[in-house]
Amino acid sequence: MAFTLYSLIQAAILCINAVAVLHEERFLSKIGWGVDQSVGGFGDEPGIKVQLMNLIRSVRTVMR
Amino acid sequence: MKAPLTAGKGCGEKRHEIFNTQGVEGASTTGKREAKHNMRLRNSSMDGSDGSQLFDDTSATGPGAQGVYRNQQAGPQAAGGLPGQSLLSDPMSNLAMAYGSSLASQGREMVDKNLDRFIPISKLKYYFAVDTVYVGKKLGILVFPYMHENWEVSYQQDIPVAPRFDVNAPDLYIPTMGFITYILVAGLALGTQNRFSPELLGVQASSALVWLIMEVLAVLLSLYLVTVNTDLTTIDLLAFSGYKYVGYVLVHISANIISSAVSLVNHQTLCFSRMILGVVAGLLFGKLAYYLSLLWCCAAIFVFMIRTLRLKLLSEAAAEGKLVRGARNQLRMYLTMSIAAAQPVFMYWLTYHLIR
Repeated sequence: MAFTLYSLIQAAILCINAVAVLHEERFLSKIGWGVDQSVGGFGDEPGIKVQLMNLIRSVRTVMR
Repeated sequence: MKAPLTAGKGCGEKRHEIFNTQGVEGASTTGKREAKHNMRLRNSSMDGSDGSQLFDDTSATGPGAQGVYRNQQAGPQAAGGLPGQSLLSDPMSNLAMAYGSSLASQGREMVDKNLDRFIPISKLKYYFAVDTVYVGKKLGILVFPYMHENWEVSYQQDIPVAPRFDVNAPDLYIPTMGFITYILVAGLALGTQNRFSPELLGVQASSALVWLIMEVLAVLLSLYLVTVNTDLTTIDLLAFSGYKYVGYVLVHISANIISSAVSLVNHQTLCFSRMILGVVAGLLFGKLAYYLSLLWCCAAIFVFMIRTLRLKLLSEAAAEGKLVRGARNQLRMYLTMSIAAAQPVFMYWLTYHLIR
């Protein structure tokens, strides 16, 4: 299994790019993962889906 | 006459050498300097013997201060002690040497400050504060975690105690040494199968490192997604993931060295039937020893991870052993189980290609 550090860096960049190109209106809202749908719970239990949506949104914001 | 216009610490050493060749005065000054050097070291080692300091930490205050100290002491003595050396008593070269040494110490400070921003060196020192007793006990727990009762990490005023004083604390010494040993044993295993070439060592090393990094990133991501409030730092996760390497080493050693030793013995015997039996036993024993030790080490690392992570990831009630309902606690339980279960998978994945 010949993984090199360079292939890891390549894979990481490709993954971040893939997350960064998810379009807000055309795609994320259609499947219910939009930004406006995440401010649901104010308790201490955000849940996995909300965390994931926050993660995607933050990656997109940083990469813009 | 050596050229003395080099800056920094090399300057101090060169002056030291020049003094040594000059005779009695040189010897007395070096003698005085050595005594002061020893006294300084002894003071810092006495500081390190109480429990609050990790170990004899002479790196931050030692060479820097001592280098500057040596230069300062050498400065006036260079001017006064050697009347015949025109180059050293020349004020211009003194100035140049003083400027060079101050520049070097400034540069060193800047490097230290910037390096500390990226890699927290002081925090890393905590993980390497180990001693032989701790390493022995920890290796024993890694291989046989079934008898160990108390898995809690003890704290000292909110700071976890150094690994030297608590056998449950994570450290980075064993994973580092295990990693290096794994690469060496992998080279040995490849060598006994005549598949060795020096580049393969680098390939093994980088692929193992890549898998480790990916595992740590995956665990970090899953910890973030489950929003568990834990005091596990990244380096802790690195340490826990690195404990697998001990298992890798044991598996490889038992599989390859035993089989190669058996086959070596067989070459010495001349009896035909015994040779056939020996070769067959060597082959079987190789694979058999591999699978047995793999099974043992997988089970051991699985139990070790579960017992270690149980206290850190799960809530207190669940960690006690009571059944706590609720989606969040279940999620944490799944997370612990999956982190622990990933370890044997990795162990199999990264060792089977070295067995033929």
